[in-house]
Amino acid sequence: MISINITKKLRGHGGQLVLYVTKQFVPGSVTKIYGPSGAGKTTFLKIIAGLITPDEGCITVNGIAWADTNKRINLPAQKRRTGFVFQDYALFPNMTVKQHLQYATNDAKWIAELLMLGKLDNLSDQKPLYLSGGQQQRLAVLRALAIKPDILLMDEPFSALDNRTKTELIAELVEIFKQLNCTVFIVSHNRHELDAFAGEEICIGEE
Amino acid sequence: MDLAPIWLTLKLAAITTLLLLLIGLPLGWWLYKGRSVQKLIIEALITMPLVLPPSVLGFYLLLAFSPQNGFAKWLHQAFNIQLVFSFQGLVLASVIYSMPFMVGPVRSALQQLPASLAQASYTLGKTRFQTFIHVLLPNIKPSLVMAIVLTFAHTLGEFGVVLMIGGNIPGVTRVASIAVYDAVEQMDYAAAGNYSLILFAITFVMLISVFIYNKSQVKSPLK
Repeated sequence: MISINITKKLRGHGGQLVLYVTKQFVPGSVTKIYGPSGAGKTTFLKIIAGLITPDEGCITVNGIAWADTNKRINLPAQKRRTGFVFQDYALFPNMTVKQHLQYATNDAKWIAELLMLGKLDNLSDQKPLYLSGGQQQRLAVLRALAIKPDILLMDEPFSALDNRTKTELIAELVEIFKQLNCTVFIVSHNRHELDAFAGEEICIGEE
Repeated sequence: MDLAPIWLTLKLAAITTLLLLLIGLPLGWWLYKGRSVQKLIIEALITMPLVLPPSVLGFYLLLAFSPQNGFAKWLHQAFNIQLVFSFQGLVLASVIYSMPFMVGPVRSALQQLPASLAQASYTLGKTRFQTFIHVLLPNIKPSLVMAIVLTFAHTLGEFGVVLMIGGNIPGVTRVASIAVYDAVEQMDYAAAGNYSLILFAITFVMLISVFIYNKSQVKSPLK
């Protein structure tokens, strides 16, 4: 079970607001997160990943405390090893498609499978600069999956894809999530784009 | 024409650049990671040679390097190393004088990279050091090349600090800029012209090479 009970003060254009999430999540589930801009959706994902520290609260994953402000526990992102798909992709300009995956894992068979899955096997020697927006986004997803994470965090992962690519990728991801049995948190501004994923919806901030 | 000042200048610039590469990279990285009053003060001190008259910096270094004071006194007594009027002293002064040319571009280039690059690397289980070596450093290569060339070129043209710390000892501290000044003082305009032309040519070729390199790094997505 993944138990999250955190508070974080955020500063935005409209002044200060408080991100407060208290909820339990079943391992292997998909949670779809909605909310207006600036409500703290990305911050919430980064707190789970260990990239941002909550002001108060705790995160427990399968009985292990990842963060607990009372006990001063804060597991670094390196030890949490959550797969993270960033909104800006965060691809490494100096690495080719294959090198991105090799940087994440040494498992050559898994890398080959991922390249096939993402339909990037013909582009494995290309750097991100030479990939289309959709290909870059697929690479970002593949890189996050390369470490076979228990928790996958996706921040607006389909925002730059056309409808056809989006539908195809979502169908593939639904299968991959089942195979890997990872717990997925997906942030999207478009509530209906994630309808293909069976899972709970939570709203952060007012909508 | 005596080429010793040219070779001495090139030797000084090469050693200074190498040392600054070793010092400047970790320092630039440290300054890039977050802000604090301590970092602000250190960054201001590193940048001071850019705005301070070289003679003022040279004067302070002359006092600091005096064998009658503190660290320099200990160096002199323990290892018989003298910093004033010596090549070692010139190297140390050059490292301080040229430091902003290495640290500034490195820190600035790191700050311009999206924070998500390092964050993505951390989520893949990579340490800060691995992230710096494999992700951050390769992506600031053009700025790093520029920093190396500027540091080297700036050390070539150093005058005020060298004069204050090193004086004009042939083969020891008589670098090309001092040789130009010395030749002019002696009305030997031919020698001054030769030294100046060599310095001009070296720095010009270096800068042109960097501009060509940087241009080759900026690739259009349409290519």
